[in-house]
Amino acid sequence: MPRQLEGSRAVAEAVALCRPEVICAYPISPQTHIVENLSQLVKSGELAPCEFVNVESELAAMSVAIGASATGARAYTATASQGLLYMTEALYNASGLGLPIVMTVANRAIGAPINIWNDHSDSMSQRDSGWIQLYAETNQEALDLHIQAFRLAEELSTPVMVCMDGFILTHAVERVEMPTQERVDAFLPAFQPRQALDPDEPISIGAMVGPEAFMEVKYLAHAKHMQALELIPQIAADFEGAFARDSGGLIRPYRTDDADTIVVALGSVLGTIKDTVDELREEGVRIGVLGIGSFRPFPLEAVRRELERAQRVLVLEKALAVGVGGIVSMDVRMALTGIHLHGYTAIAGLGGRPITKASLRGLFLDAAADRLEPLTFLDMDWDVVNRELERMRASRASGAHAENILRDVGAVAAGPV
Amino acid sequence: MFEVRIHGRGGQGVVTAAEMLALAAFDEGRYAQAFPSFGSERMGAPVVAFCRIDEHEIRTREPVMEPDALIVQDPTLLHQVDVFGGCRPEGYILINTAKSFDELGLGGFVKGFRRERLLTVPASELAREHTGRAVANAALLGGFAALTGAISLDAVARAVRERFATAEAVAEGNVAAAGAAHQWVAAELQELTRATPA
Repeated sequence: MPRQLEGSRAVAEAVALCRPEVICAYPISPQTHIVENLSQLVKSGELAPCEFVNVESELAAMSVAIGASATGARAYTATASQGLLYMTEALYNASGLGLPIVMTVANRAIGAPINIWNDHSDSMSQRDSGWIQLYAETNQEALDLHIQAFRLAEELSTPVMVCMDGFILTHAVERVEMPTQERVDAFLPAFQPRQALDPDEPISIGAMVGPEAFMEVKYLAHAKHMQALELIPQIAADFEGAFARDSGGLIRPYRTDDADTIVVALGSVLGTIKDTVDELREEGVRIGVLGIGSFRPFPLEAVRRELERAQRVLVLEKALAVGVGGIVSMDVRMALTGIHLHGYTAIAGLGGRPITKASLRGLFLDAAADRLEPLTFLDMDWDVVNRELERMRASRASGAHAENILRDVGAVAAGPV
Repeated sequence: MFEVRIHGRGGQGVVTAAEMLALAAFDEGRYAQAFPSFGSERMGAPVVAFCRIDEHEIRTREPVMEPDALIVQDPTLLHQVDVFGGCRPEGYILINTAKSFDELGLGGFVKGFRRERLLTVPASELAREHTGRAVANAALLGGFAALTGAISLDAVARAVRERFATAEAVAEGNVAAAGAAHQWVAAELQELTRATPA
């Protein structure tokens, strides 16, 4: 039976259905209603046995998850933004030790300037941390991906991040189907750890590894990601068999069969993109969309198969690799090695700027007509940027960017209503 | 697709209003999407929330730019925020106030709009009467149901009861306030129809 739920609530209930034994979180912004809801489920006894550990920082949250997972407990946590950065050191330990922790990243921007809104800068910054990264398009998919993520993580002994757009999904109230406990139990077997700390039979894990074996141990994380390329579609197919829903998988093509122009993107913006593509299709523009479900591992071959027939590809990114441009674009280019087609990158929606159908429409038409620069910034206010650049040229002591630009924007916004 | 934008201030239950509207539409078997405007919300600061209602799955995630209906929960915003941005002449507007559009100084602005789609309702007073608190969100949804017909009063009542499932007195007070606002708006509409025969 469908229910109308806030995204965070839906994910919390789905995580609870996966029977985690340890949940740890640092209860401060940036945090989500997900762990708040889970803490209530633990307190009320609805989620048992499970220990909810309030910790003093995100670094501690991940460290507790590592400790719990190393004893063979199913461990879960959630974070976003600066909180994810603060766990970075421990993230690499989780993946290097092969501990199947599942974590929600409610994607948000990274400061400075301080900003609490959505983009993908946080999870993209952990691109090379060894964690699998799955991106949800809707709250239904976010819910489903968590159930798939525990199975994926535990089959491979590697940690998985489920990325869902902060606010846009976490705070959206929409229709979802919540599976029953029996079906989740049947889909997700009990956790059988490859390694487990046991006081009765003491061992140590986390040995120092010198040049004689470091590369080999490190390679195993990559080997697991290559296995994940096979396993992710299998788990998605099993999931569809068990729950009758098409969720997850490596890629999600939409109207790409005869498309000259294909837009590549991740996360919730795919919905707005599909609506825009449908409108352009009605006008005869041969355009399609390729959603990336699994960003790590990156499905090079699957992406290549979808894009090789097109004439041009536009990668829409909610993060900026300062100094070069796109992050996802680099992987897409790699997938297209040896294939000559026009490639464009559009940076959009940074720090929560709305990505509107009207703007996407203009962008897609420009791409289809090959009128785009290789790197564009959707809805950028260039007047504001240029005024600050001019101030910097005019004076050495031009002041702080954020404060200068806010003053500029404020002057514009204070016009007559 | 029917798109609604709600303007108010932090603490007035604006986000909850959008959520209850979505619940009401869901209750009627439709798809609905409610979401806030994602500010660092604090008491008294302007807040916007959105709700889309459709017969099919809703994919778009952009803010509601051109609302089919606008609910203004706090009339002091009228001269502070561009609440009418994107409103079209055939759109519905419901403002929480005991004053008329003319008394609010909006007579000129709404020329060209369909008069029977622009109404005011003293929702805060009705809420205070029925709940003891001037939180007007549920009452406004009752008025909205009467004004637009986009959802039924019954569905609003069920949504209010679901949202306040753990606080029965609050739920029942708000259901009563929604009913009173519905009646108020229905009476206003009837009067307008009498005044301007077809």
